[in-house]
Amino acid sequence: MSDELNHPDFPVPDELQGAVTVTTLDRIYNWSRRSSVMPMVFGLACCAIEMICAAASRFDISRFGMEVFRATPRQSDLMIVSGTVTKKMVPQIVRLYNQMPEPKYVIAMGACASGGGPFKEGYNVVSGIDKYLPVDVYVPGCPPTPQALLYGLIKLQEKIDKQSISQVPWYQPGGNEAVPIPVLGPDIMDPRQFEMIRRETAVEA
Amino acid sequence: MVAPSKPITQDLTERFPGAVSKDTRPGYEGYIVSANKLTEVATAIRDEYGYEYLASVTGVDYIADGKLEVVYHASKMSGGASLNFKVQAPRDGEPEIPSLVGVWQGADFQEREVYDLYGLRFSGHPDLRRILMWEEFEGWPMRKDWKEVYYEQDAKPFKTRWPEGSVYRIEEKNRFNKNVRYPKGFDPRSFKSDGDEKLYALMRGEHLPEHQRINTDEIIVNMGPQHPSTHGVFRVVVKLDGESVVDLKPVMGYLHRNHEKIGERNTWLMNMPYTDRLDYLSGMGNNHGYALAVEKLIGSKVPERAEYLRVLMVELNRIANHLWAIGFLINDLGAFQTPMLYLAKQRELILDIFEATAGSRMMCNYMRFGGVVRDLPSRIRDEDTLDFITDLVAERLPAALDEIETLLTFNEIIRTRSIGVGVLPAKQAINGSAAGPLLRASGVPYDLRRADPYSIYDRLDFKVCTRPNGDVYDRYLVRIDEMRESIKILKQVLRDMPASGAIMDGESKYTHKVPNGESYGRVENPKGELGYYVVSNGAPNPYRYHVRAPSFINLTMLGDLCKGHKVADIVVILGSIDIVLGEVDR
Ligand code: SF4
Repeated sequence: MSDELNHPDFPVPDELQGAVTVTTLDRIYNWSRRSSVMPMVFGLACCAIEMICAAASRFDISRFGMEVFRATPRQSDLMIVSGTVTKKMVPQIVRLYNQMPEPKYVIAMGACASGGGPFKEGYNVVSGIDKYLPVDVYVPGCPPTPQALLYGLIKLQEKIDKQSISQVPWYQPGGNEAVPIPVLGPDIMDPRQFEMIRRETAVEA
Repeated sequence: MVAPSKPITQDLTERFPGAVSKDTRPGYEGYIVSANKLTEVATAIRDEYGYEYLASVTGVDYIADGKLEVVYHASKMSGGASLNFKVQAPRDGEPEIPSLVGVWQGADFQEREVYDLYGLRFSGHPDLRRILMWEEFEGWPMRKDWKEVYYEQDAKPFKTRWPEGSVYRIEEKNRFNKNVRYPKGFDPRSFKSDGDEKLYALMRGEHLPEHQRINTDEIIVNMGPQHPSTHGVFRVVVKLDGESVVDLKPVMGYLHRNHEKIGERNTWLMNMPYTDRLDYLSGMGNNHGYALAVEKLIGSKVPERAEYLRVLMVELNRIANHLWAIGFLINDLGAFQTPMLYLAKQRELILDIFEATAGSRMMCNYMRFGGVVRDLPSRIRDEDTLDFITDLVAERLPAALDEIETLLTFNEIIRTRSIGVGVLPAKQAINGSAAGPLLRASGVPYDLRRADPYSIYDRLDFKVCTRPNGDVYDRYLVRIDEMRESIKILKQVLRDMPASGAIMDGESKYTHKVPNGESYGRVENPKGELGYYVVSNGAPNPYRYHVRAPSFINLTMLGDLCKGHKVADIVVILGSIDIVLGEVDR
């Protein structure tokens, strides 16, 4: 995209004032995306309840254009990882993420999704979804209050505002690659680590 | 209900000489039954002694004695204390004891859990697969000598970190930068996962003889773990004939976050905030059950005002929970969002009280052994606290309930979709260890607040709500009735609560000296009997910490409830059971 498009300098004639606005491609692209982020209906644990509260009567997420929760990943823009990620669940989460079309964002809501939280030492707990997926915004708390989640969503909007259509990865040749889906073996296995697992278990005394 | 033909008072040890002996370890109670007589003794306990309801089954690993123990708690529907009996098996080799599924259907999932976590097999169990972890997982995680990857020490506070305050990221100590571990010489490339083949084979009926198998166009469908109506990460595998459900099996463990293993490393008090995260819609009730279990061991006496504060919070929590449950049930019925929003509005006001008092909306961490942690604040949302609560209890909530009833109770769609759907007969409800509204909607008047009164419930005037038909509609009605009864209780609490006074038995402490022994504390939570089985060996942390989770055990009958109905009814039936995955999977 040429840079001129993003810095237009077209004067609007007087008779068209109020009917025509000149803006940049980036700005209109980001404005439309940030005002209609559709999250996926996807609750993992306790934090999901606060996520629902954020969408319910008092907090009303629709003020940010985000009330259209979609039940299928194929129609959603945002995955709110709202709760403890377990080893048994992580293959499904990665699969859901891969099924979302670009542009897609991930919010790690709460201590568990950000780093394991109170259950971090558990044998079935993944210490943070960022071990598998790229995360855009982390919202701390256990659970974060609905206000905190809304603040996280505003931060996400700020992030969207800063993106440029000429640079976003999903319009680059090749695009984004799918995240390999972890496998449940004797313990959870990340296919990206297969070689390493083989090497390490071979030498182990 | 099968009433015993003649009440038996003869002691179990006399009835079964040689096979049953009294548990004489200090601090313990109940009986020890020898494994080869277990089925016979259990049948007698059910039929002759009248303990028709198997509340809880759990394992304990007594590593020093080289034994695994299974602990059963059975109750009478007419009320009273529960009876506890145990079976022991050696922990080495392939330990096995007889399954009690034939005597109590309610043992089904609980035995699978013991097998999954302790590696103790139950002979004769119809479907002994792992339930919380996946089949290929290495090891039996709740055994005392099994250590998780991030293991540091047996008990908190970890000396490696405290009191010096040395902080590090434990990931850095692991080569994979995650909490994973693989057996020696393991090659992921040659690993072949069975997936859920075992389960699907069972559903296809491959274990049946050829002539009993039906090879028509039945298909097997997975719902969940990501499904908008499974209330979290719950999965069911359904065999369908067209639209009709032929067979259904729940699959869980997608939120198994090792509550019990972590609980046995924590100090006694550290577990309190963890209990909030079990059934995260009723944190107060969870606190209460755990506090009762430990108080029984410590022997603390809860001051009067604290008892009232506890009941105040717990009953408010019951209303909040039922509002949510009904909202989601209606959601599952297809009334997407709107009724839910009406109910959430009232729930927010209850959460305001929790937030102002305990500091958090859901994870209250409010109770302590011997009392509660904080008194009511003087103001909530710029109103005098008592005015706020009284207004809520006397005006707003009853009005809201009336509104719900006008909108929903005689709503044609709701009635058509829920009357006669998912019927649970009383007899099966008892035999299958159903609890809470699920049990009472089948016409069984069993409510622990009356059956085995704790706290100050014996002084309060309220009714145990039942409905006769045991279908989805009746479960909805029971919840409405219970909210009305809770309001009645709350009014009495507000009237009788001492205006001031101690809220803790003695000083509040971080560490507690808990005498040796076992204890089973139980409360009537919004979802049913929530029990905590704890064993102390005098250490600052529990030796065994088990949660009898009502949502988990209520699911035992889900398959039976759904059979014959249409696939769209599954979510409705599931919604009417009211599960919370934090508690199902723990
Ligand atoms: S961060 Fe806390 S509230 Fe959220 S899922 Fe984890 S334990 Fe539950």
